[in-house]
Amino acid sequence: MSYKIAILHSTIRKDEKLLIDAARQRGVEPLLIDVREQVLNPFHFNGQFDLVLDRCVSTVKGLQSLLFFESLGVLTVNRFKVASLCADKFATSLLLHQHGVPVPRFALVFGENQALEAIEQLGGFPIVIKPTHGSWGRLLAKVNDKESLEAILEHKLTLGSPQHHSFLLQEYIEKPGRDIRAFVIDGAVICAIYRYSSHWITNTARGAEVKKCEIFDELRDLCSRVSEVLGGGILGIDFLETREGLKVNEVNHATEFKNSEEPSGVSISGQIIDYCLNCLSKR
Amino acid sequence: MAQILSSNCPICDSLIQLPNDVEESEILNCPDCRNAIVVAKLQNGSAILEVAPQVEEDWGE
Repeated sequence: MSYKIAILHSTIRKDEKLLIDAARQRGVEPLLIDVREQVLNPFHFNGQFDLVLDRCVSTVKGLQSLLFFESLGVLTVNRFKVASLCADKFATSLLLHQHGVPVPRFALVFGENQALEAIEQLGGFPIVIKPTHGSWGRLLAKVNDKESLEAILEHKLTLGSPQHHSFLLQEYIEKPGRDIRAFVIDGAVICAIYRYSSHWITNTARGAEVKKCEIFDELRDLCSRVSEVLGGGILGIDFLETREGLKVNEVNHATEFKNSEEPSGVSISGQIIDYCLNCLSKR
Repeated sequence: MAQILSSNCPICDSLIQLPNDVEESEILNCPDCRNAIVVAKLQNGSAILEVAPQVEEDWGE
């Protein structure tokens, strides 16, 4: 049976090119849907496809599109519920903590006094302030003292949108010069990489060096548990190595992988397409 | 024989040869000035290149 897979995109990066190639190698010519050109009108939309794979670099547009296509009965990867949880760092951490998955200690506050109280609860300075929504290591701050905290909070309150008036505080964990990104499909970790950087922010978007990470039992188990809690699908899970073991830092729902295929030796793009085809065959 | 598609970088005007499997909306780096450019349009055997869109606050993975 021939299926029509649509790849939802805005810009097309190397990641999307790899997915397009992987689909073609499997005899599937993907429809490329530029989200910016769509009119998401449920009374009028006449696209004909069986599955939408969200590769939209804009999180907001991607989420709204997933919601729309699901309303039309189109199979979506990832599902809106999973993607929307992953897009919100506070929601992700809350849900994982609720289900006993180890995460760095965190608190959400809306004012400076509350921030100071939270910092005391979290073990004192230094502390990490994150936006609840964001990626690629943007707008993270490692705050070393009260004076810096005051300045950052004032900037956020003055310059930021209302979303930036929620301050997500996280205990600062000294990394061993690296963290781990695990690529998980349908609950199973398919490969993992170490991201090395002398900077405390270890995103590859900020120049971190990538090396293969051999999958070990603790990693495998946690990946399965994170996937189960958040709802499955294709996830890029970031882990910190701490004295108490691995902790889940963040989970990405439209994970980039172009820098990880070669060091890991795994065709992540191929496995993503295989997962999509598998979802369709089970429908 | 597949036609080799080329177009000028919108920033430095260098002539860029595009890959055979180039797609509209694809982000490339100009090999000369290294700036990010986007394939804005593929039409009638030609390509229109523009400066790549700026990263927005909600971009990411």
